[in-house]
Amino acid sequence: MAHAEAIPTPPVWGVMAEFPDITSIYKAAHEVRDAGFTKWDVYSPVPIHGMSEAMGLKLSRITFIIGAGATTGVLGAIALQIGISAYEYQTVVGGKPFAAWEPFTPIIFELGVLLSAFGAVFGMLALNKLPMLYHPLHKKERFLRVSDDRFVLAIEADDPNYDASATGAMLKKLGATHVDVVEA
Amino acid sequence: MTTLHPDEAAAWGLAGKGRRGHDPSNPDGTLINDQSVRPELVLGDRDFHSVTETICGWNEAKTPKWWLGAFGLSTSIAGLGTLMIVYLIITGVGVWGLQNPVAWGWAIVNFVWWVGIGHAGTLISAILCLFKQKWRTSINRFAEAMTIFAVICAGTFPGIHVGRVWMAWMLFPIPNSNWIWPNFRSPLLWDVFAVGTYFTVSLLFWYMGMIPDLASLRDRATIRLIDKMERGVQGTALLFDKIAAYAYGFLSMGWRFSTRHWNNYEKTYLMLAGLATPLVLSVHSVVSFDFAVSIVPGWHTTIFPPYFVAGAIFSGFAMVLTLLIPARALFPGMKDFVTARTVENMCKIITVTGTMVGFAYITEFFIAWYGANPFEQQTFIRRMFGPYWWAYWAMFTCNVVSPQVFWFKWCRTNIPFIFLITIVVNIGMWFERFVIVSTLSSDFMPSAWGYYSPTFVDIGTFIGSLGIFMTLFLLFCRFLPMLAISEVKNVMHQAHEHLHPHDDHHGEGH
Repeated sequence: MAHAEAIPTPPVWGVMAEFPDITSIYKAAHEVRDAGFTKWDVYSPVPIHGMSEAMGLKLSRITFIIGAGATTGVLGAIALQIGISAYEYQTVVGGKPFAAWEPFTPIIFELGVLLSAFGAVFGMLALNKLPMLYHPLHKKERFLRVSDDRFVLAIEADDPNYDASATGAMLKKLGATHVDVVEA
Repeated sequence: MTTLHPDEAAAWGLAGKGRRGHDPSNPDGTLINDQSVRPELVLGDRDFHSVTETICGWNEAKTPKWWLGAFGLSTSIAGLGTLMIVYLIITGVGVWGLQNPVAWGWAIVNFVWWVGIGHAGTLISAILCLFKQKWRTSINRFAEAMTIFAVICAGTFPGIHVGRVWMAWMLFPIPNSNWIWPNFRSPLLWDVFAVGTYFTVSLLFWYMGMIPDLASLRDRATIRLIDKMERGVQGTALLFDKIAAYAYGFLSMGWRFSTRHWNNYEKTYLMLAGLATPLVLSVHSVVSFDFAVSIVPGWHTTIFPPYFVAGAIFSGFAMVLTLLIPARALFPGMKDFVTARTVENMCKIITVTGTMVGFAYITEFFIAWYGANPFEQQTFIRRMFGPYWWAYWAMFTCNVVSPQVFWFKWCRTNIPFIFLITIVVNIGMWFERFVIVSTLSSDFMPSAWGYYSPTFVDIGTFIGSLGIFMTLFLLFCRFLPMLAISEVKNVMHQAHEHLHPHDDHHGEGH
C-alpha cells in the first residue's frame, strides 16, 4: 500500500493462510507456484505426497553430502588402517602381510556407513538451516496447530511478487479459511 | 461397514486400493483369510487430531501408578547390577566364573545376546521401510528405542570384561604416550567399530525420526502455556508446561513442518534406511567373526555370520513383542495403532527366522559329520550329550520347536500366548549364546577340558543389565513420543485423499 497510515507498524515477515484440508492446499500450491512466487512454503503435519512437485521443488541435494561422507569414511578407514598396520606399528600376526586389504574390509565398511550417516543427518539439518532458535511463524498460536492437523501456506514479504493486500486476497480466493499477517 | 463380494474385495486389493469401508477386515485389524486385501493400518476411525491427541496424551497424562511401580522395581534391579559392576571393578574379573579353558563366560554370552536383541529396531525401521511394509510405522520408534537400550547393555559387558576398565579407551585407535596401536587384523577390534557404528547410526536414525514428533509435543506444551497464561494462571502451575516447552523445543531444533524441510527429510530418511540395511546385516556378522575367525572346533565355521544374523532378528522381534504386548494393554488407544495384524505379522517373522536358525543348527551338525574332522564331531556330540546337554536342548526346544506354533492362526492371534512364546524365545536365544561360548570347555586336548559355572556376580550382573534396559525403556515411554506420529499419519488414508479425490464419499460403484 503506497499511502500507508502514519502509525508505525511492526515489520512484516509475510502472510500465512490456513487451508481446511490436504486437497485444497495441494491445489492452492499449484496456483501459488504458477503465479511466480519463490519465497513461500507449505506447512503440514505429514509430508504431503506430491507436494514437492506441486511447489516445484528440486530434488534434495542431501545425496551429495552423503556421498561425500561415504568417500571420507572409506578413504579415512583405508588410510588409518594401512598407516597404522603397515607403517606406524607393524605387528606380526600369523605371518600375514602388513598391508593386506582383506582384514581391513570390515572397518572400511563400518566407517563408510558411519560417516555417510553423519553426512545424512547433519547434512539434512544444515540444508534445512536447523537448529533454528527463532522463527516468526512460531509466534502464531494458529501455526502451532500445524503439528497436529492444520495445513498452512505462507508467503514471505521478501518475495518480489508479495503485495501486502493482494497476496492475502489471492490466498483467500484459493480457498484459505483464515489469512493472517505475520510480524517479523 | 458395507458388505463386499469377495471377488470385488480382491480386485480392490490387487489394485492397491483397499480402503476404509471396503476392507472385509475384522474390527481388530486381523484379516479374514484374504491376503490380497490391505487391512486398515490405523483403526478406530481416527483423524489426524485424535492420533496426536492419543500419542502425545501418553506423555502428557499424569504418571500412571503402574509406571511408578515398574520404574521402582527396574531401578532397584539396575542398582543391583551397578553394585555388581562396582564390586567387579574394585576386585577384578576373578569374581566371575571365568577360568581356563572357558575364558569367555556369561559376559560374552550376555554381550552377544543383547546385541542380537538390538537388531530388530533397525530391521523394522530400515529393511521393512525399503520393502514398504507400512504396518511397521506403528512399531518402529518403539523398536528403535529398544535397539539403542539393548546395545547400551551389550556394550557394558565387553567394557567391563577387559579387566582394567580405565584402560578401555585403548580399544580405539587413539595416540598414546606408549605409542601402542590396536591390531586392525583382529575381529575383536572390528567388533568395536561394528557395534560403535551400529549404536551411533541407530541413535541418529531414531533421533531424526523423532524430531517432528518432539516438535508436536513442543507445540502442544506451548499452546497449553499460552492458554493457561491467558486464563491468568501463574507460578508453579506453569512450571511443567514451561519445562516441557523448553525441553521439547530444544530437542526438536526449531522444526516447523515445512515442505522444503520435508523434501530433504524424506530423502534423508530413505537414504539412512538404505545405509542401515547393510549395516544391520553386518553387525552380527562381525560379532560372529569373534568366534568364527578363531580355530576352536565348533566356532571355526563359515555358517556363523548368516546364522547369527537370523538369530539376532529372531530374538529382536521376540523382545519387541515382549515389550509391546504389555505396552499395548497399558497405554489407552495403543491397540488402534499396534493392531492385531501387526502382532500377527511379527509372529510370522519370528517363525521364519526361527526356522532359519533351526536350519543352521542342523546344517552345523551335518557339516561336522560330513567334514570328517574328529575334533569338530566330538564338539557337536558333546554339545548334545555332554555336560551341557541341558543348555543345548533348552536352546533347541525354545528356538526351533516353539516358534513353529505360529503356523496356526489361533497361536498368532492369541495375545497372552504370543507373550509366553516371546519369553520362551528370549530364553532360548540366551541359551544359544551360552552353548556357543561354553564350547570353549572342550577343545582339542581332553586333558585341558573343564567345566564352567557362573558365580553370583555373573548372575547379578546379567539380571542387573535387564534392570538397566527396563529403566531406560520406561523413561522412554514416559517422556518421548512412543509412536512415530507423523509417520503413522502418513499411512492413513487422510494423507492421500488429494491424490484420488473420487475415493472420498463414493460407494462401491467404481
